Amino acid sequence: MNDEPRAGGSPALAGTGAPQRGHLRVFLGMAAGVGKTFRMLLEGHAEQEAGRDVVIGLLETHGRAETAKLAEGLPMIPRRRVVYRDTALEEMDLPAILQRAPELCLIDELAHTNAPGVEHAKRYEDVDDVLAAGIDVLSTLNVQHLESLNDRIAELTGIRVRETIPDDVLGRADEVVMIDLTPEALLDRLRAGKVYPPERIGPALNNFFRIENLAALREVALRQVAEEVGHKRLITEHVVSREESMASEAPQAVGERLLALVEPYPGAQRLVRRAWRSAQRLGADLDLLWVSPPSRRLSEDEERSLAALRQLASVLGARLIVEESDELAGTVAEVARRQGTTYVLMGASRPARGIARLRTPLPQRLMELLPGLDVRIVADRAHRGEDRQ
Amino acid sequence: MSAVVVIVIAVIAAAAGLAAGYWLPPHGHRPAAERPTAVRRILLPFTGPEISRRAFEAAVRLAKAEGATIMPAFLARVPRNLPLDSPLPAQCSYGMPLMEAIEQRAAAQGIAVDSRIARGRTYRDALRRLLEQESFDRVIISATDSRRTGLSGEDLEWLLERVPAEVMILRPAPDDTRRISAESLAGHF
Repeated sequence: MNDEPRAGGSPALAGTGAPQRGHLRVFLGMAAGVGKTFRMLLEGHAEQEAGRDVVIGLLETHGRAETAKLAEGLPMIPRRRVVYRDTALEEMDLPAILQRAPELCLIDELAHTNAPGVEHAKRYEDVDDVLAAGIDVLSTLNVQHLESLNDRIAELTGIRVRETIPDDVLGRADEVVMIDLTPEALLDRLRAGKVYPPERIGPALNNFFRIENLAALREVALRQVAEEVGHKRLITEHVVSREESMASEAPQAVGERLLALVEPYPGAQRLVRRAWRSAQRLGADLDLLWVSPPSRRLSEDEERSLAALRQLASVLGARLIVEESDELAGTVAEVARRQGTTYVLMGASRPARGIARLRTPLPQRLMELLPGLDVRIVADRAHRGEDRQ
Repeated sequence: MSAVVVIVIAVIAAAAGLAAGYWLPPHGHRPAAERPTAVRRILLPFTGPEISRRAFEAAVRLAKAEGATIMPAFLARVPRNLPLDSPLPAQCSYGMPLMEAIEQRAAAQGIAVDSRIARGRTYRDALRRLLEQESFDRVIISATDSRRTGLSGEDLEWLLERVPAEVMILRPAPDDTRRISAESLAGHF
């Protein structure tokens, strides 16, 4: 065994005897067959050649000869047999890995659900124990296993993935490596028998492995990695400027969050759609806010518009917040702080009349109350052609 | 004395100005087509990324003649493996731009628009849910849409039998290839 300090070892903890948490690198892909396990094994070999003590904790070759061949030369910890309801199952041997205490352990399929009777229900929990023991881990994951994306991917592909992991498992990974392949190249690999055995190729092509599914999954996976990178960058920036941010009352948002100001009338839907589209582009969450004057009675039309707004928000995955207040700007500012909003969208105000013309317009008041927040006034494009004439 | 008169006149003039500012519509203020009184409501359901231009034009003609509100309704289908109240971003990614295009075109012609979105296990189910919640005076559907939009002949039959409104199904014409899609949007969406 190599006695040198581990690459993941913290200088601050060196010599204290406390094992420093291992380093987790996750190979993320859009679907089975893109080459995550292959890449994990390649990196395992490279680390081994660099002199590190590398073992395979768990490998799923899915019968792929290329993958099995690549695993040769890397020591493998045998699986253990677990009997559940008279059926013998094979699972990763966590106690054996911890006892063996390699420097780097390769553990395939992070989202796997363990058989009942072992230490943890999920493999990512096993990986957490391995990391806590100071062992670095390389692992693999398909994007559809992420909890927050599960519904969206089920909608895109029509197939619900049962094994999911919380997003923060990926968020806590030290490195996420996207294994990208074009949908066409993946389909070529599938047809060539490099992904599944011959009897599974036809059904796979007719179900999950359709080009539109793969294109959508690829986009989701690429976006996910971009968000992870952005998230980590923002957290780092937050830590650096912590003293500065302590002065601000507003919570420091990680990523963008949009707040659209609405009222129960038909034109508000246009604003919501535009806000949703912007949120999609930014990969941000969207809240809708209606500040209702206290004890205001809604007309029949307004009731209908409010119901339509609720329905639209629900289908778009946005959240409609209703606050009762006479003080519009103050309430918007309070909600924006509470929600961690970074961007406020509103429609053009109706022209003020009488003494109301002397008041500071709402966008300006918001900018005063929420410095650093973007405020956007959404134009009504329906009348753009007329205005030009 | 004269100073007092001047001050009184100035105060009266200011009050008159404020009152006029309150009661008179500001310059260039457009009559509020967006807040319709919704005398009559014309439902224009769609499911795909485009609709027949004939159906849209028929809705506009009727709305103009009757002072009605057009209600474009996007029907979204929830896969059986998702709860019925699930967000549907993938379908919205083509439904919302089309909704925007329809609203822009209708509003540019001075027609009041009030959009809807409805979910269901099938398109018919979504339409049924919408019709349970709201009433309409007319429903306009182009038969040429049937295959593309997912509303089958049976759905149209169901619509004719069950909907307490005048249903207008536009007969397919061989040259009816003109469609409205998100491509006709003014500006980015």
